[in-house]
Amino acid sequence: MFLALRELRFARGRFALMGIVIALISVLVVLLSGLSSGLVNDGVSGLKAMPATGFAFDEGTMTDNAFSRSVVDGVQVEQWQDADGIAAAEPMGVNIVNGVTDDDTQVDLTLFGVVPDGFLSPKVSSGEQLDAVGGIIVSEPLREQGVQLGSVVTLDRLDVELTVVGFTEGQATFGHVDVAYLPLSTWQLLASGTAQPGAPTQEQIEAMDFGYASVVALLAEDGAALDSAAVDAAAGTTTMTLTEAFNASPGYEAETLTLSMIQVFLYAICALVVGAFFTVWTIQRSHDIAVLRAVGASSRYLLRDSLAQATILLVGFTAIGVAAGVGMGAAMPEAMPFDLELAPIALASALTIILGLLGAAVAVLRIARIDPLRALGGQR
Amino acid sequence: MNTEPTIPALEITDAILELGDGDSRVRALDEVSLSVQPGEFLAIVGPSGSGKSSLLAIAGALSRPDSGAVRVHGTDLGGLSKGAATRFRLRNIGFVFQSGNLLPSLTATDQLRLAGRLAGNRRVDTASLLDSVGMAHRAGHRPGELSGGERQRVGIARALVNDPSLLLVDEPTAALDRRRSHEVVRVLADRAHGSGVAVVMVTHDRDVLEHCDRVLEMIDGRLGAPVLAH
Repeated sequence: MFLALRELRFARGRFALMGIVIALISVLVVLLSGLSSGLVNDGVSGLKAMPATGFAFDEGTMTDNAFSRSVVDGVQVEQWQDADGIAAAEPMGVNIVNGVTDDDTQVDLTLFGVVPDGFLSPKVSSGEQLDAVGGIIVSEPLREQGVQLGSVVTLDRLDVELTVVGFTEGQATFGHVDVAYLPLSTWQLLASGTAQPGAPTQEQIEAMDFGYASVVALLAEDGAALDSAAVDAAAGTTTMTLTEAFNASPGYEAETLTLSMIQVFLYAICALVVGAFFTVWTIQRSHDIAVLRAVGASSRYLLRDSLAQATILLVGFTAIGVAAGVGMGAAMPEAMPFDLELAPIALASALTIILGLLGAAVAVLRIARIDPLRALGGQR
Repeated sequence: MNTEPTIPALEITDAILELGDGDSRVRALDEVSLSVQPGEFLAIVGPSGSGKSSLLAIAGALSRPDSGAVRVHGTDLGGLSKGAATRFRLRNIGFVFQSGNLLPSLTATDQLRLAGRLAGNRRVDTASLLDSVGMAHRAGHRPGELSGGERQRVGIARALVNDPSLLLVDEPTAALDRRRSHEVVRVLADRAHGSGVAVVMVTHDRDVLEHCDRVLEMIDGRLGAPVLAH
């Protein structure tokens, strides 16, 4: 690195220009990664937080919006409950509703109807557990819209009144809409169309004849892989793992694909720009390299030195760019779905550096082809 | 007392080197034979394209003659692999190029340190080497801040870092005025006579031949008798 460091210092203007481009790419990569995580969380954090291994949808349900489209009946649920390797299988109801709080704020809610003492029952950080017939449990971010314990949400058209009885910690959204957990029987009452205006009552639930839910939530036994094909065939269902099921959330695939594509392009641009820079840089000093080779430097030494130079440049300026990106991310407006998460940022920085190095390596390899004879005067 | 016969620093026997392809093929070296003793300062003069640089190239293991043998301090260069030739060059042969050919990013001291490090020698006495070519006062300057003669003298110091037995010098005075040319060539002569390194200098410049022990002339790839004694 003897020569690498001295060249960095000597040609600092040129390297700084290149470094700024790398840093700007890193800023973009970090911002995109934050936006990606933010959108994912906004889209599926309600699902992510669930302890489920997977979900069984009714057979033939379209993938997009599958959660609210699918309908499963009690028989299908039972077949899954009897399946091997399944620790628990519970019906779950999903649909998105509009409502108004008692201080006239309009809210959208994704209703998750779950069995109150089942494995999907949410962990409550304040208020009561899921139990009351007309009670819902919502996530903390809803407090910003004025929702508190005891708030009453009146659903549009049905005029059914639901009361907030508890909060879960952290964000829980589905399809960019806040999740409200409610007992499965209450969800069925709403879905059956027999709910009367006002708070739902136990009598109404007992009077209804409606055994359907949206999906079967599955919990595999410890260590067991979800082997769904046989049960799917018997029960007439299609099973997705929890992560696969993200795609069944509204807009998820479209959003993440768009952002991933932009990121892929950024990595490609990084590799090409760094490659182009080091190509020009190597050509520019090819006479110096010929002299060094004539003096007796091995091409391995020169390659190692040049790669070290590229590594220093890439690591240094990627770090600066990531720091700037994280700083800018922290200043993002609240309304923007933006979450800085360590793992995706680390991965994005690593990819920027690795692909940049790849570009540099291709350029620097031409060092090996420089003929030391060029060091001697005009002719040989 | 050393009674063994002295091993020549450079011995070339019947070297033939052809360059180019087909019709443009020329014989750059035509049965060239040459022997240079340690401590001898040999100058080779001749017009452009006469094969002087080719001679340096085969003497320095940068290229191989089509036939004939090249021995440096007893080692047959033809028997060396490419990697071995590079290592041999590093430790046994010093190159001084036209206008110094220094690396623009390194100070005079660092030029010498790099040459030392390439050979695995991290403790080069750069100060006394620079002093021996009269450049101690410019040790911390980069080539951009040095005059042509100063660059050339740093280039000579760099070529001497690894104690070579043979110094190959390519047109050292091409970019220098008369006074500086004499200074630079005198430094080379002092090294040859002082430390016993053999110096082979290729030059156009007949002015500086007075410092050399022997002069040969090269014409059309043939090395001939001196046409001009000093």
